Amino acid sequence: MGKTKPILRGAEIFVRALKDEGVEHVFGYPGGAVLHIYDELYKQTEVEHILVRHEQGATHAADGYARATGRPGVVLVTSGPGITNAITGIATAYMDSIPLVVFSGQVATSYIGNDAFQEVDAIGISRPCVKHNFLVSDVKDLAGVIKKAFYVACSGRPGPVLVDIPKDVTANTCEYHYPDTVDMRSYRPTVKGHPGQIKRAIRLMLQARKPMIYTGGGVVLSDASAELIEFTRLLGFPITNTLMGLGAYPATDRQFIGMLGMHGTYEANMGMHQCDTLIAVGARFDDRVTGDLEKFCPHAKIIQIDVDPSSIAKNVPVDVPIVGDVKHVLAEVNDGLRSIGERPDIDDWWRQIKSWQSMDCLRFDRNSSLIKPQRVIELLYELTGGDAYVSSDVGQHQMWAAQFYKFDKPRRWLNSGGLGTMGFGLPAAMGAKIAHPDETVLCITGEASLVMCIQELSTCLQYQTPIKIINLNNRYMGMVRQWQEFFYEKRYSHSYMDALPDFVKLAESFGHVGMCIEKAADVEPALKEALAMKDRLVLMDFITDQTENVYPMIAAGKGQHEMHLAPGSEERELA
Amino acid sequence: MRHILSLLVENEAGALSRISGLFSARGFNIESLSVAPTEDPTVSRMTLVTSGSDAIIEQITKHLNKLVDVIKVVDLNESEHIERELMLVKVRAVDSSREELMRLSDIFRGRIVDVDENSYTIEITGSGDKLDAFLKAVAPEYILETVRTGVSGIARGDKAIRV
Repeated sequence: MGKTKPILRGAEIFVRALKDEGVEHVFGYPGGAVLHIYDELYKQTEVEHILVRHEQGATHAADGYARATGRPGVVLVTSGPGITNAITGIATAYMDSIPLVVFSGQVATSYIGNDAFQEVDAIGISRPCVKHNFLVSDVKDLAGVIKKAFYVACSGRPGPVLVDIPKDVTANTCEYHYPDTVDMRSYRPTVKGHPGQIKRAIRLMLQARKPMIYTGGGVVLSDASAELIEFTRLLGFPITNTLMGLGAYPATDRQFIGMLGMHGTYEANMGMHQCDTLIAVGARFDDRVTGDLEKFCPHAKIIQIDVDPSSIAKNVPVDVPIVGDVKHVLAEVNDGLRSIGERPDIDDWWRQIKSWQSMDCLRFDRNSSLIKPQRVIELLYELTGGDAYVSSDVGQHQMWAAQFYKFDKPRRWLNSGGLGTMGFGLPAAMGAKIAHPDETVLCITGEASLVMCIQELSTCLQYQTPIKIINLNNRYMGMVRQWQEFFYEKRYSHSYMDALPDFVKLAESFGHVGMCIEKAADVEPALKEALAMKDRLVLMDFITDQTENVYPMIAAGKGQHEMHLAPGSEERELA
Repeated sequence: MRHILSLLVENEAGALSRISGLFSARGFNIESLSVAPTEDPTVSRMTLVTSGSDAIIEQITKHLNKLVDVIKVVDLNESEHIERELMLVKVRAVDSSREELMRLSDIFRGRIVDVDENSYTIEITGSGDKLDAFLKAVAPEYILETVRTGVSGIARGDKAIRV
């Protein structure tokens, strides 16, 4: 006789399945369609539920949690407005390939399609921004679907998966069995790279005279940092990271030449433009990276390694495509390189890169009496030893954080790169802090982004998540203002924030510490004071120079070598 | 260029909308799409006619393959294949045109499947071109209604698309 399986209600199955999946935290908000589930959550302590203040906050928090740990973020929301509020966060995770499993309540199966109270077609609304979604119409399918949801979210190219659960399914009963494995005939992601392609790629790499390694978020997602570091050192090539790829290769390493793209360094973008061999690893040739496709890497043979075949040659034709998990493919390439034991002589190329570096493209005025946002981030980097988890929102502050906080480790940099979601930073930092309660977690933000999910300050108090919020307050939507200055003859249409709150009082009203810093000389002591408050959330409102712009900048539709540079930049010949 | 894609997909609610949604979201073009369950009721077979440059067809194929419900995608253009479409045409058939329409139907190997005093309904199968040619041959004032299934395609020889 086999073991008899317990007969459980759907809601119990749900909670048991989360436990069996090893889920420790769920970010959610209750409502009618999920009340049976909430009742089960109440009866146990293994799965901790974090009550957010808005469902968008739940998805961003779960997303920050996933980025900071590599484990899937889990969200539970109710039907109707619960799931529609969550959509922005789901789309954010989708664009950046972040594994989330989102559970939404749904009206009872007998009501579906009747315009019932709080009914919305969650499957239909979410379809374009999820990796996959499931409607559970029978309690017998529930455990199996949950298992599949986690498997699909985390394997291959990760992404969010939605599971829509009608209320009656959570009340009905059946035998509980959580499967150990998943086999889906229609979903079998490629892991290993094609050996012939790997050999061709190695041959091309060894012929390079002006190589560039260009890596993206895929390296972080596949936890391939160690393999990437070995690969880059074996070849001795220069390496640049995308916004999403920062931290996968140590930013303080001598072979690292900075971020590339619209606000990338001069040396990285010039290197891309002039290289003869481009090795793209887990990067998707986003338009913010490539600029004008006609002018992109005009001299380069391109090798692209990616787990998602549809990412390969999507925007740019590729000479050697390799489909496979970056970690596996790089390990095999490294084996090949080690056994050959050669590396090309690229001293001339390095000399060229050094002369580009002499431009000092990230220069800014260090003598200003106004607070320079770049300096705030530089100091943050120094004071945290470069080891903090840093979330950001979207805009100028995001680019400065990417340029001036030198990430040496992966999963430290949490930002909405693909969708560019303002409001991401605060809840994402909260999620990261819940995952890593003993680590320093910073949210670098601006006054426009911060207020988009400000309600999560309340969640931060309830769950004691003492993050540090660095509000670079220039009283403008800075990036919008910058574009208006450059491309709209300084017509600052609706980019000025006229009625901002007093952020100190705002922080205090939520039970946190608020600080306002107005003088450049006060920045360092204030940061030290805030970072020393280990158990308090501190919102630091830095009144920054309103006119500061992000440089370098490639205007939309320009080539990579056509950068706006900071005033006073020049290339110097090296002796 | 016009391509005929054959797909095996999980016979599940939502599979069709995932596929049509992919085409609209990414701006790919669908000329026709026909779908029905196979001998295995858990699997549906879909024939999708689209057009685009080689690079676009490659992207379409890759994105279709990426959908979790899609089991297999084959571009029939890559080998010899047969394509067929079925059309039902209702034509006004009175007086002397009755004879003429019957002859025309015979020439195109059509079959008259319904008759009344004023009309014929003609069933005709073949490639899309042949159906177009038939419609061209019948003067427009005789055509009351047409319905076409969209193309079904299959590779020649013993090559088979299976799960």
